[in-house]
Amino acid sequence: MFHWLEKNPFFFAVGVFLTIAFAGAVTILPNFSKSAQPIKGLKPYTVLQLAGRGVYIKDNCLSCHSQMIRPFKAETDRYGQYSLSGEYAYDRPFLWGSRRIGPDLHRVGNYRTPDWHANHMWNPKSVVPGSIMPAYKHQFTNIADTETAYAEAVTVKRAFGVPYGDDIQPGKAAYEKELKAKVLPDALKIATQMKNKDLIAKVKAGKIPEVVALVAYLERLK
Amino acid sequence: MQSNAAMEYDYSIVKLYMWTTVIFGIVGMLIGVIIASQLAWPQLNYMMGEYGTFSRLRPIHTNVVVYGFMISGIFVGFYYSAQRVLKVSMGESKFLMTLGYLQFFLYLIAASGMVISEAMGITTSKEYAQMEWPLDILIVVIWVIWGVIMFGLIGMRREKALYISMWYYVATFLGVAMLYLFNNMEVPTQLLSGGLGAWYHSVSMYAGTNDAMVQWWWGHNAVAFVFTVPIIALIYYFLPKESGQAVYSYKLSLLSFWGLMFIYLWAGGHHLLWSTVPDWVQTMASVFSVILILPSWGSAINMLLTMKGEWNQLTENPLIKFMVLASTFYMLSTLEGPIQAVKSVNAIAHFTDWIPGHVHDGTLGWVSFMVFATLMHSAPRVFKREIYSKSLLEAQFWIQTVGVVLYFTSMWIAGITQGMMWRAVDEYGNLMYSFIDTVNALHPYWAIRAVGGTLYFIGLLMFAYNFFMTATAGRKLETEPQFRSPMA
Repeated sequence: MFHWLEKNPFFFAVGVFLTIAFAGAVTILPNFSKSAQPIKGLKPYTVLQLAGRGVYIKDNCLSCHSQMIRPFKAETDRYGQYSLSGEYAYDRPFLWGSRRIGPDLHRVGNYRTPDWHANHMWNPKSVVPGSIMPAYKHQFTNIADTETAYAEAVTVKRAFGVPYGDDIQPGKAAYEKELKAKVLPDALKIATQMKNKDLIAKVKAGKIPEVVALVAYLERLK
Repeated sequence: MQSNAAMEYDYSIVKLYMWTTVIFGIVGMLIGVIIASQLAWPQLNYMMGEYGTFSRLRPIHTNVVVYGFMISGIFVGFYYSAQRVLKVSMGESKFLMTLGYLQFFLYLIAASGMVISEAMGITTSKEYAQMEWPLDILIVVIWVIWGVIMFGLIGMRREKALYISMWYYVATFLGVAMLYLFNNMEVPTQLLSGGLGAWYHSVSMYAGTNDAMVQWWWGHNAVAFVFTVPIIALIYYFLPKESGQAVYSYKLSLLSFWGLMFIYLWAGGHHLLWSTVPDWVQTMASVFSVILILPSWGSAINMLLTMKGEWNQLTENPLIKFMVLASTFYMLSTLEGPIQAVKSVNAIAHFTDWIPGHVHDGTLGWVSFMVFATLMHSAPRVFKREIYSKSLLEAQFWIQTVGVVLYFTSMWIAGITQGMMWRAVDEYGNLMYSFIDTVNALHPYWAIRAVGGTLYFIGLLMFAYNFFMTATAGRKLETEPQFRSPMA
């Protein structure tokens, strides 16, 4: 049979394809819908948190930080309750990471505060002596892209039925309304907790620095 | 038409990809040296503002070495060897030649787009699949063109049976196509939001655990179908050609090929052991990872035994050195991988430096060594010139070998040290070390790793010089060498 396949490239290719496609179908499909279920009480990300998630992705924090607490005592002692599948139901993409050059962040919101983050992102060594993490000072000047974050919320609501309220609607007008009603007030709350006058002033002027959005996201990780 | 007269093949596409192999190799590995040094000496993070941090540079390093250096090297091998094993010249079809140029041109656009967008932080964040949807579409086009060329050449072939290397090229094409399409299923966010936000942004079709499953089904099998399958295609062609030896066993090649095809795809879940993916998937991934030793070692042993009775070539010919050590590193790497996929070992190894250590003994020891051998074996036939310097090639081999050994040994120690420190408890059962203790303990190993990487990079520069001189100043050859590549 193999000799025959080698002389008949079309059937050879079909054979190879079936052989390699098999495993994916068997391992991914059976649990697909179950794995997509959120745990009870899980809320979708707010627009500000999504914008912060965007910053987390833009600066690729997952190069060094995981978001997956494994079910070992050493991990639950260090980071808290081990991670559950349903907690990730609104994570598109997932951000588990593959290397812990820094600590896991899946429940960082439980044990760090916004002003700790403010100091840490400005100068990591000031709060963690010996830290090798670079300072992310540009996040204090770059402005977060809340419009794209809003577009993301609308997209996952419409395409995947993520349970957002009626205020999340397509179009520029709906975005502007949400920005004034929710996103900016959320950001002001975080900026105030970060105890940084410069950040507060920027948010009051209608601009949300990246670090404020990022901290809103990190605060949500619990 | 079967004749023994030497055919003339068209190498114009081969030459183009040769240069991108060298250039992307230098760029990608230089960034690698920089980010390795940043871990040991963090002040190096501040050379280019927000664009110079470890976190931004790391995906650029991985993408440039994989999609720049390796893929270019694989295309060199393909466009060089496919013509020869099929006994058909690209030049016979104007259509295929045009497609070849078009593919190269689009490839340059995609590669530059990839570097620029990742530097700007435009990324889907999924490892080895960071590119956003516009680049994804471009890559699908490039890949389809490659498929048309491959099956076009196969359709025109004069050699009826497909040689082993062709099996692996076909598998590379199909495997990457399937995995890439499924993993990059995403919805552009402007589509449903009434045109809001960045035009290039998208969200994944899968969420959370499902996204992780699909991503590592891809991520692991990018390793399979970029770092392994096409590289086996290269060694099955270039080792017998350079040594003048017939492949040791046809049956072993068959067993290894079909075995690899069936088993590899199950193993993706071993990147997600102890995570929230279903336990049965994790166990299956573990088991199949161990079974994967069989076809992997099958290919490697088949290659080593091909040298049977001709081991003297190992001392005489640096290209044989590269290829034999490549097979050996392939064996090491495919034993190490399954060990890490055992759940109890993975509990320590996962999230540590042992994983990048494992990746690099495979990529530096196996993939890159085969790419160097491929370019150097082809050069005398493509440029009709002798290899410029044998002693430089020898020196490169030893410097890079020392570099790889320093790299993976330091990373093994670093990984196991950190894994053990994370779980260490004192007599009362409390954690013994704060996280930062476990980071600072790694400094010496990170420094050794940076030195190892630098040595490897120096070897690469020697290769680039040697290759450039071969192409432009090597002694002219009258006739094409049959087996061993002539070198001065």
